[in-house]
Formats: sequence, C-alpha cells, structure tokens
Amino acid sequence: MGLFLHQVLAGIATGGIYACMGLAVVMIYQAIDHLNFAQGEMAMFSTFVAWQLIQWGTPYWIAFLATVAISFAAGVAIDRIVFKPIHGAPVLSHVVVFIAMLSIFNSGAGYIWDYQIKTFPSPFGSGDLFGQNLVSRHDAGMIAVTLMMLMALYFFFRHTRIGLAMRAAAASPDSARLAGIRVGWMVALGWGMAAAIGAVAGMMIAPVVFLEPNMMVSILLYGFAGAVLGGLTSPGGAVLGGFAVGVIENLAATYIPGAGRELKLTIALFIIVAVLIFKPGGLFGRHVVSRV
Amino acid sequence: MPALLEARGLHAGYGQTKVLHGLDFQVEQGRTTTLLGANGAGKTTTLRAICGLIRPLGEVRLGGERIDRLAAEDIVRRGVGHVPDGRGTFLELTVEENLRLGAYTRRDKQGVARDFEHVFGYFPRLKERLRQQAGTLSGGEQQMLAVGRAMMLRPRLMLLDEPSFGLAPMVVEEMFGIFGTLNRRERMSMLIVEQNAALALALADHAYLIETGSLVMAGSANEVGGDENIRRSYLGY
Repeated sequence: MGLFLHQVLAGIATGGIYACMGLAVVMIYQAIDHLNFAQGEMAMFSTFVAWQLIQWGTPYWIAFLATVAISFAAGVAIDRIVFKPIHGAPVLSHVVVFIAMLSIFNSGAGYIWDYQIKTFPSPFGSGDLFGQNLVSRHDAGMIAVTLMMLMALYFFFRHTRIGLAMRAAAASPDSARLAGIRVGWMVALGWGMAAAIGAVAGMMIAPVVFLEPNMMVSILLYGFAGAVLGGLTSPGGAVLGGFAVGVIENLAATYIPGAGRELKLTIALFIIVAVLIFKPGGLFGRHVVSRV
Repeated sequence: MPALLEARGLHAGYGQTKVLHGLDFQVEQGRTTTLLGANGAGKTTTLRAICGLIRPLGEVRLGGERIDRLAAEDIVRRGVGHVPDGRGTFLELTVEENLRLGAYTRRDKQGVARDFEHVFGYFPRLKERLRQQAGTLSGGEQQMLAVGRAMMLRPRLMLLDEPSFGLAPMVVEEMFGIFGTLNRRERMSMLIVEQNAALALALADHAYLIETGSLVMAGSANEVGGDENIRRSYLGY
C-alpha cells in the first residue's frame, strides 16, 4: 500500500509537468490549429536561462519569476516575428518552421551552455516530506506549483475579460473580430502564456531529469500523450490527461514485470496510438465537424 | 445632415472574383434600410465590406468618417453591430459569455449590466438559458442571442444578414416585430439584408435592390414594393 501510494503521488508530480506541457501545446493548437513540436525545446531553453541567472547569483525565486517573464516575452515575439507572417500557410510550412525552431533552440542551447549534463537546484530541498518515504519534498513542491498555476489559469480563462476574449478568438476568429477582439494579439498572448507555462514545467522537472539540451524530448512526448488522451480541443482534458499519463507511467513501471525504466517511454507512445485508434477526439475533446 | 452610413462606388470581392461593382447607397439616422436581392447577388458581401471583414474599394463613411480602410475590430469600436450570416454565435460558450462578448469593447460596467436587463426585456428566453452552452439552443433562440449580442454593443448602426434564414414562420414574425420596436422605440438605425422581400419591405423605410453586384433600384419601401417588376420577381403576386 505504501509503495502504491508513493508511486501514485510521484506519478501526480511528474504528471503535473506533463499536464503543463500538454496544456501549452493545446493552447497553441487552439490558437493556430497546429501542434508546436518545439514547445519542449522552448521550455528547455527557458530552463537554461533560469540556470544562468542562478549561476550569476540571482536568488532562486527571483530567477524563477524573471525566467517566466522572459519566456512570456519570447513567446509573444516568436508569434509576431515567425508565425504571424506565415498565418494561413499550409500545414507543411508550419511543420517545417516548428522543426527549424526545435533544432535552433536545441543547438543554440548546446552552443551557449554545451551538452554536458548540469544539476539544477530544487527550491524545496531534497529528502522526504514527513519522513515516511511517501512523497519527496521536491515532488510535493512540484505538485503545489503546478496546481497553483493551473488554478490561476482556470480563473483567468473563466473569469476575466481577456481570458474570455482569448477563448472566443480561438473558437471563432471572424466572430471574435466582429465583437471587437484583436484576434492577432490574443494569439500572441497565447504563445506568451504557453512559453511561460513551459518554462515553469522545465524549471520544475530539471532537478529530476537534469539539465541538458535534450532534457525535454521525452517530457514533451508525455505531454503530447496527455493532450491526445484528454483531447487536443480541451485544455481541461489535456491537463487531466497529463496527470493520468504520469500516474499510468509510474504504476506500469512498478507493477508490470519487465516494463521497468526502459519501456516507460513506449507507454506514452502506446497511449497516443491507442487513443487515436479508439477515440480520436480524446476523452474530453469535441468532435470537430467542418462544413464543406 | 449627412447620412449615418454612406457608401460610394463600393467594389468588393474575394481574391480574383469581383462580387460588387460599384454600389452607392445610404442608411439614414434612425431609419431602417433594406437591401434586397436573390441568392448570390452580393448582399452578404456588401455587409462584409461595410464591417471590415473584407477590404473594399471605394468609400464607406459612418457619420461622415471614412471607415473603409479600418480593420473589423476598429469598425466595431465605432458602433457598428453585426448579426452576420450564420449568426456568429460562439457555440462552445454560454449564453451569458456570448452576451458579455457583445459588450467587449465597452468600458462602462454599469451600463453593460443595465443592458443585460434591456436585452432580457426583449428576449426573456435568454435569461432562462443564461448558463447554457449556446450550441444547445434552438435555431430561434440562437437568432435571439445573435441579435441580443449585437444590442449589447449599443450600436449606432445594426447590420442584419438574413435574419429570417432557417427560422420557423412564427419566430420570424416575432423577430421582425422586435426589429420594428427597436427602430421605433429606440430609434435604432438598421441595414437589413433579406431574401424575403415582403417581410423586409413591410419593416423598412428605404429599399435597394441588388442584382449580380449592382444596384438596379432604389427608393422608399413603398415605391420599391409597388413596382411591377419587383412584385412579380420578388414578391410573387
């Protein structure tokens, strides 16, 4: 029982990170109808920025907030400079640009900070919370941070004027313009927020997976799995999907003989393929019917 | 006094396809004007050109100010409410959120709160459905929501694109009754595009007839409705 509970809590902790990455992907997908393959690399780059700030002697939480702000601004800039001009371009053009960004951020980080694995500090300390081998201090902190962020986002989208405008712009851009909403800026805001969410996820997971240019590759894959499981059209579904994938992954690695560490990533891919075959819209997604 | 809306030499289209070939028309303050025409004549395109969803050539003035170079978002801010083709409802959002979006550009919170009640006065059904997803409403209720949303802007000019389309006759009658009340009681200026000529002519002060992108007749609703050709082609008697 203790082992089970421990694995579930650890799964929720990493699941929160997948949920954040899934949510970031879904936000951009809602805004521009394309999957951002570079979301993980953007988060990784943000994490390196945080690491650099901390190396320069900035206190952790100040570096944390500064990184979130920098990432937000960078996300807005990426939309304005790169994606606004190719708005309406075919899917393949977008795919190529996403792959280009992925490789630019990846090799850029490698060039600036090299490929050697670095440790990243945890603000919550190491060791167990309550000292019962139930949940580590970092896992508990990670759960708290992601839950607080997700609740703040929920409040923002449900109860603020701009949040409502962003939802309207994603649902129906032309109608949103007729309501006076500046749809282009709502998309840019979405990019900024997605980048900021990714930055938080990167900084939270870096103490666990260590910092290096490829650290987010598998994390993003889990994020995709969570988003597909919950439904790419449903931000709430993507978040729940992310948590579910985190817990499933941990339990499978613990209880399925032979699954172990090596096959963990296969589980994410298995979930993606299975969901796409049996419930292509995801658990909470809506069926998109386009009028011809 | 200049007309509230004035279009001169209005050309518009989609890419290579030209739909409008130089329209001249106007909507007077406090009056109801209708633009009649068959399917594909260019009625919806005319409204899209006025509200900035497509960029026209020629001149469009609202209260004397040129608006033909402005973006849709800025034309709304000058008080042009639009009930578009297909109603433009945000189906995933609730009725309340849809109405709130109608007042998105307004900053007077108390006025907006009052206008919720104002809209419910005309459409009590919307109040009952406030927390419901707009996509679950019936066709008639969705049209009420679309008109209610445009009213939340407190528009100087309301553009209505085929408000009778796809609705049961009873509902159509109710809707047009409300348009009449809005025009008489609140002096709301309206430009109504309709295929149902009898309905529109009964409501409107002025009428224009558009055929394949050009205006072929203009005048008071009575004159246009009394015309022999109109009667035969559009009113069917």
